[in-house]
Amino acid sequence: MNTETKQEATAMHMPAEKIVPQSDLYTRETTTVRTPDENPGPVRVSARDVSVFYGQKQALFDVSIDVPEKSVTAFIGPSGCGKSTFLRTLNRMNDTIEGCRMTGKITLDGADIYDPSLDPVELRARVGMVFQKPNPFPKSIYENVAYGPRIHGLSRSRSELDSIVESSLQKAGLWSEVKDRLNEGGTSLSGGQQQRLCIARAIAVSPEVILMDEPCSALDPIATARIEELIDELKQNYTIVIVTHSMQQAARVSQRTAFFHLGNLVEEGPTDLIFTSPVEKRTQDYITGRFG
Amino acid sequence: MNTAIVASLLLLLLGFAYQLGWSRSRGLAAAVGRIHSRPAYHGSLVAFWALVPALLILGLWTAFGDTATRAYILAQLPPEIATLPTGDLNAAIRRIRQIESGFGVVGDTQAYENVAAQALREFRTLTFAFVVAAAAGTGAVGLYLAQRRISTRLRARNEVERIVRVLLIGCSVVAILTTVGIVASLLMEALRFFTFVSPIDFFFGTVWNPGFSSVGAGATGEYGLLPLLWGTLMVAAIAILVALPIGLMTAIYLTQYATPRMRGIVKPIIELLAGIPTIVYGFFALVTVGPFLAGAGTAIGLDIRATSALTAGVVMGVMIIPFISSLSDDVIRQVPLAMRDGSLGLGATQSETIRRVVIPAALPGIVGAFLLAVSRAIGETMIVVLAAGNSPFLRLNPGEPVSTVTVTIVNQLTGDMDFASPQSLVAFALGLTLFVMTLILNVAALFIVRRYREQYD
Amino acid sequence: MAHPFTPQLDPAADGSAERLKRIRASLGKRHAQERRFRAYGIAAIAAALGFVAILFSMILYQGLPAFTQANLTLDVNFDPEIVKVADRPVQAPDQSVADYRRAVLDWERKVTMVNWNRVLEKAITAAAPGVDIDSRAALSIVETSERFRLRDMFVADPGLLGKTVKVTMLASANADNWLKGNIDRSLPDAQQQLSAPARALADKFMDGGQMRFAFAWHIFTNGDSRSAPASAGLAGAFVGSLYMMLVVIVLAVPIGVMSAVYLEEFAPKNKFTDFIEVNINNLAAVPSIVFGLLGAAVFINYFRLPLSAPLVGGLVLTLMTLPTIIIATRSALRAVPPSLRQAALGVGASKTQTVFHHVLPVTYPGILTATIIGVAQALGETAPLLLIGMNAFVAQIPGTPLDPSSALPVQIYLWQGNENRNFFEARTSAAIIVLLGLMLMLNAIAIYLRARLERRK
Repeated sequence: MNTETKQEATAMHMPAEKIVPQSDLYTRETTTVRTPDENPGPVRVSARDVSVFYGQKQALFDVSIDVPEKSVTAFIGPSGCGKSTFLRTLNRMNDTIEGCRMTGKITLDGADIYDPSLDPVELRARVGMVFQKPNPFPKSIYENVAYGPRIHGLSRSRSELDSIVESSLQKAGLWSEVKDRLNEGGTSLSGGQQQRLCIARAIAVSPEVILMDEPCSALDPIATARIEELIDELKQNYTIVIVTHSMQQAARVSQRTAFFHLGNLVEEGPTDLIFTSPVEKRTQDYITGRFG
Repeated sequence: MNTAIVASLLLLLLGFAYQLGWSRSRGLAAAVGRIHSRPAYHGSLVAFWALVPALLILGLWTAFGDTATRAYILAQLPPEIATLPTGDLNAAIRRIRQIESGFGVVGDTQAYENVAAQALREFRTLTFAFVVAAAAGTGAVGLYLAQRRISTRLRARNEVERIVRVLLIGCSVVAILTTVGIVASLLMEALRFFTFVSPIDFFFGTVWNPGFSSVGAGATGEYGLLPLLWGTLMVAAIAILVALPIGLMTAIYLTQYATPRMRGIVKPIIELLAGIPTIVYGFFALVTVGPFLAGAGTAIGLDIRATSALTAGVVMGVMIIPFISSLSDDVIRQVPLAMRDGSLGLGATQSETIRRVVIPAALPGIVGAFLLAVSRAIGETMIVVLAAGNSPFLRLNPGEPVSTVTVTIVNQLTGDMDFASPQSLVAFALGLTLFVMTLILNVAALFIVRRYREQYD
Repeated sequence: MAHPFTPQLDPAADGSAERLKRIRASLGKRHAQERRFRAYGIAAIAAALGFVAILFSMILYQGLPAFTQANLTLDVNFDPEIVKVADRPVQAPDQSVADYRRAVLDWERKVTMVNWNRVLEKAITAAAPGVDIDSRAALSIVETSERFRLRDMFVADPGLLGKTVKVTMLASANADNWLKGNIDRSLPDAQQQLSAPARALADKFMDGGQMRFAFAWHIFTNGDSRSAPASAGLAGAFVGSLYMMLVVIVLAVPIGVMSAVYLEEFAPKNKFTDFIEVNINNLAAVPSIVFGLLGAAVFINYFRLPLSAPLVGGLVLTLMTLPTIIIATRSALRAVPPSLRQAALGVGASKTQTVFHHVLPVTYPGILTATIIGVAQALGETAPLLLIGMNAFVAQIPGTPLDPSSALPVQIYLWQGNENRNFFEARTSAAIIVLLGLMLMLNAIAIYLRARLERRK
């Protein structure tokens, strides 16, 4: 009985330990350095002075960033740096965590997403999310993909739903692999397939922005390559923000990169510039492997 | 008195043997330097070997002493008494024992009785002395042999540990023996019952009217199980109808919505319901709920009796609420949070997430909890004894009194009944039915829950 | 609701505006559903908490009045006209002890023959001058056991002869009912338990101050009684329960803990231990009444142990509690981090030493909790005890675990079935309060000890 109550605190509302800062030594450190960018696209998501607190602890300090449309923006940094926390503020997933508080302003197409009159349910339909560990529902493949459209009432008929499922699976590059076994359980797929199923599930709601929280960390290299390809294709139609602990991945898939460290956004800019000529010393140290 | 003597003797033997083993091995260690086991182990080993033979002798005497004494008394009796029929003979022997002990003698004693009692007294003193001496003697022999073995090389610790291991296994076997005992006693007595009543009449009979054993021996009356089974199922179904929605929704709310503070307050209060003895629920049903339901029934034009399937079922449902809520609570909290986040991340509301993702994911566990709850409802006794009305007829209306398997077991086995009559023995056939039903439910629930645990481990 | 989002104008996002429109169309309904779902959850919790509140308040409401009882204080005159007995015999120098004792017994018998009712009646009429009442009615307001009190007073002090003493006596159950208003005072004579003059007399005494309510200590010191319901107490049942709890603690705890230690720490993981595991889990869910059947068949019918004995009850409850203790101890053992075992094994301790010196002590708080849960469960169990004859009426307080006895929950069962409902409903509730109070105390002790044990770590 005792162990039960001890687990309670962590099991109840904390989704993963990594988003809770491990130390309270975090402080506001530097203003964000912006690497010049000659050709920025139209801004879709914009954050200004975003700070996040877990109870008394501050996990994120005054982060300001713009995410351009139809491109991949990568958040990199050592674990516990606040990149996942920040990602979760973008579709208000942090709301589901007990004791999590946020200040600052985040806009989607110019509208404040923390406006009290805004419905987080609608927001999340527009800003989808893919998680670190593939988390298919205990339902069939078809039902997994149809879940979003069903709850949001997106389809008027069965055939419309069928076509949404098919096109989503196709966009996620999974259609050819699963089209003959749509009624099998989602958990019967391999890890990489499961993650693509989760991506298909997110796409099925046709979000404008897709947030990916280390989507490949639980996958093998081949599955990872497959997902990276997919991300590259998806950016034609979607605005993608990806959190990754792998600098190579960031370099491969993203157009812009933001480097987080100890709850601060240290540097942000076009990926090639960040990796070749970073302005900040800490960024330099990180990408050359001095710490991480 | 005698017990005290024996117990103190045993303690003395134990202490002496331990001390001897301890000091001998210690002396050896001091002389030689290094010995395999610490003195405490040598002491324990010697004590063990001294105690076991003594206990064995005493155990044998406890088991067979009475038979031996009886045989001795029998031998002392004049032949015309010794050849009396069993019942009278037992009475005669009891009288002699009473005379010997000096308690409870009624009426004047006869000469042969006094002689036998005198002989018995001597026999008792003698055998007691003999048994104690034998126990002490064998104990001493065991002690001597065991302490002779003490050497630098004796692996006393390993031997003691092996003894401990055997002891542990012995304790684990108790649980198995209990099951064996239950199955064997139920089966044997039920088979005896089936020599009076055919199993077909029992399992498929629709009339329950066992009559009284005092009316006459043999299979008087009818022993149809179905009315009782029907009552049992009806009460259990009502209980589940009350408990499942309340218990499940409570678990859902406490795991998914409630703040840790609220959970910390509400959960123990609901679990309080689980600790209340069932007799209290029965009384509550009889005195409060029954009249209330009857009154409510009258108010809306329904005829509900104060003691009825409904009363018993509703109160049993209350009893089962904490059972379902805490079991469901456990299984719901085992559903990975990633799954919940996945649904919320797609824009599902919390209730949609719960209904469409969390509950389906936890379903096997909830089914397991449900089966265990049904098993508990079927086997519950005191609530139905007090509140179901004890009326073994096949009736559809839950507002009418019913009887259940458990109630009938109590009715048939309490009161002054001959244990060998079908009226008493039927309780074991009913018990067997009950045991098999709950066994199936429990084992099914266990397997479902275990499979479920493995899925998310 | 205002929509801060501007509709998507980008032509590349195909059908985006339509999509948003559809999402928004169902939002209201979805949120209403969410609110409804939450309301169900809150309603379920409210229902569960409501049941707890109703149950406890009803039992307190009914039971608390039973802890006070009407007492009648009267001047009793040991009138030599009525108490016509010779002086208490004195031992003559040449008299043998046996003869003297016989003479005393003879004298006491004569004292008992005295018409104590007459003494009582005179005391009553003396206290109510001018009231014309027949002796039956007058005596009906005093509990029948009280005339034996007068006798015992006289036996203890024969010097009382001719004197007048103030004696506080229990009012009869019927008088108590009348004075408390348990029976509607406006009911006609035919439905009243006391005759009209007796009721008037009771009221008169109440007004006059001779009759008053006082705390009913005798509930805790007296055994059960049928002839004198007002004097019925719980002491016999309490002692019976105490013996059973002792048996449970002495047997179930060591066997359960050892068994758990073996299964968790030593047993190889194979089909057989798997079977034991299923067996134990099933035993924990076997209906308690089946254990009663086991007790009736094995302990009573086969081993011929005495009926109604707390020892047998304790054995049955031990078997019933064993699985609870095993399961709880196992989970406590499982919670011990493997690093502790590895550390102990690493410094050269044997497996047995590791378990008994290092692992087991860490689990003491868990084992303690398991013990208390098991004992509390056993304390409240009724059904199996009915089958081994513990529902017999026993007026004496049992001296040994082999004497016939009742138990607290069984006493509740017996009292709720008493014909004098008006009186015993409250008395039963009082017994329930005592039982629940005991359980609460057990749990409080467990929490306290646990906190202490854990702090020491």
